[in-house]
Amino acid sequence: MKSANILRSLVVGAALLVAGAASAQAPAPAPAAPAAAPPPVVSTAAPPMSRLDGVSVPAAGPSSYQSPSMRPEAGLMSNDAELLRALAPTRGQVTIPDQKLATLIQPAGRDWRAAVKGPIRVVGSWLLLGMCCLLIAFYLLRGKIMIDSGMSGRTVERFNSFERFVHWMTAGAFVVLAITGLNITYGRYLLLPLLGPDAFTAISVAFKYLHNYLAFGFMLGIVLMFVLWVRHNIPSKIDLQWIAVGGGLFAKGVHPPAEKFNAGQKIIFWSVIVGGVAISVSGVWLMFPFFLGDVASMQLMQVIHAVVSLVLTAIVIAHIYIGSLGMEQAFDAMGTGQVDENWAKEHHGLWLAKLKGQAAPQYKMGHD
Amino acid sequence: MARMKFLLDAERCTECNACVTACKNEHEVPWGINRRRVVTLNDGKPGERSISMACMHCTDAPCMAVCPVDCFYKTAEGVVLHSKDLCIGCGYCFYACPFGAPQYPQAGNFGTRGKMDKCTFCAGGPEASTTDASFAKYGRNRLAEGKLPLCAEMCSTKALLGGDGDVIAGIYRERVATRGYGSGAWGWATAYGAPSRT
Repeated sequence: MKSANILRSLVVGAALLVAGAASAQAPAPAPAAPAAAPPPVVSTAAPPMSRLDGVSVPAAGPSSYQSPSMRPEAGLMSNDAELLRALAPTRGQVTIPDQKLATLIQPAGRDWRAAVKGPIRVVGSWLLLGMCCLLIAFYLLRGKIMIDSGMSGRTVERFNSFERFVHWMTAGAFVVLAITGLNITYGRYLLLPLLGPDAFTAISVAFKYLHNYLAFGFMLGIVLMFVLWVRHNIPSKIDLQWIAVGGGLFAKGVHPPAEKFNAGQKIIFWSVIVGGVAISVSGVWLMFPFFLGDVASMQLMQVIHAVVSLVLTAIVIAHIYIGSLGMEQAFDAMGTGQVDENWAKEHHGLWLAKLKGQAAPQYKMGHD
Repeated sequence: MARMKFLLDAERCTECNACVTACKNEHEVPWGINRRRVVTLNDGKPGERSISMACMHCTDAPCMAVCPVDCFYKTAEGVVLHSKDLCIGCGYCFYACPFGAPQYPQAGNFGTRGKMDKCTFCAGGPEASTTDASFAKYGRNRLAEGKLPLCAEMCSTKALLGGDGDVIAGIYRERVATRGYGSGAWGWATAYGAPSRT
């Protein structure tokens, strides 16, 4: 039991460290783990008292109340925001079994509320809508990216059946997780007025269970995709050439070199891996309340979960676009696994050459 | 119309936990759930104080604000209540509440926390006030019976006051004047915002 507790506090500590990096958006960092928290109220120092105006620090004895500012008639004129800043989180002792309730006040809850109802919700919606607008604009300007040299009629295998299975397991789980997750953040504003409270609760409960259980498919998919594709996704010099011409996405006839995965796909890969791990860790943390950490860590994990999920969802929307509507043949790579040789030559020339045992094609920088 | 509030006078609370027991008994609160608890600060040291804490029925309630399914509502008397039929047990109100008031009946792995439970200010829930269904979910509706919350009503030192905010503030002010010092209306600024001088 004891070792479990120590393990738990270690995990909490490590997570808080990790989270520290990502906590620019996070609620005011939980005022330290309970173990490290200062003894709640021992200070008899006057500074907070003088601002309290009627609400005293409980630790202070009656003599402390004689300061001039403590006019009795001030009565309830309290400023316990100041008090909370001085003391929080105020932890005492309880004689009931649930020791979590020994925390009297946790003002960080208000920071969490402010983050969730403010920047996360607002910026998240701009992020998703912005990405959709961007893609619509791109489609209108560039249209579907076709194979410049037309179909050759000969195909090569791009992804084998196991790779496609892993992709679609992860993708299917992600889409459901994204929709069910967005429901928690936006459903109250978008669906509740349409469906009414009873129906909205019914679907939200179903969504919650889908979210909690499909998460395991997603996490397995992340691990498998990493194992399958990490060796193809190590950044290389070739990627710079690809990035320099925007991957040839913005003009016809521009086809920078690429191995099995081009720089854009590598960005997707690492976004999914890094983001997926962050979402998985924070999600598991929330799925097992109080097993891994206290309420402060859960607030932090929720913020990480929400922020990373929204960013990853925006990235994946772009991925879905280019893999379906945006580019001829792109869907077939993950659909049937077979792509036309001319498609492969244009988009993954180095990979095709290696696959066919041919000499690598020559690329010059810029437009060809 | 009264604006219902709780006020805890830490100078008077003796940590007898009768409010906790009375609440559990009155509402037949399930095992593991504490709608009210007494927290002792600086136990055994000079300046020890005990504070009985439950849902404060905040003016701008964080639980109401963050609930993804909007299951909370506020009565005309300022009591913050929720519908257990609508609650999905997500835990958001618990993250947001400064007072740790929301409780869940289950350990909660895999999102099975069950429906949130909290102090109702003895005011039941959305169902008709005297039905068995209402009692099973929310406990007794004492306000509907013309009574105030039992925890405060039976407090032997009257450390815990529950009722119209103006009335209990007046009682407290009188006490402070009589004994010459205050002790803090715990959580008042957090729950009810800037205090109004009346």
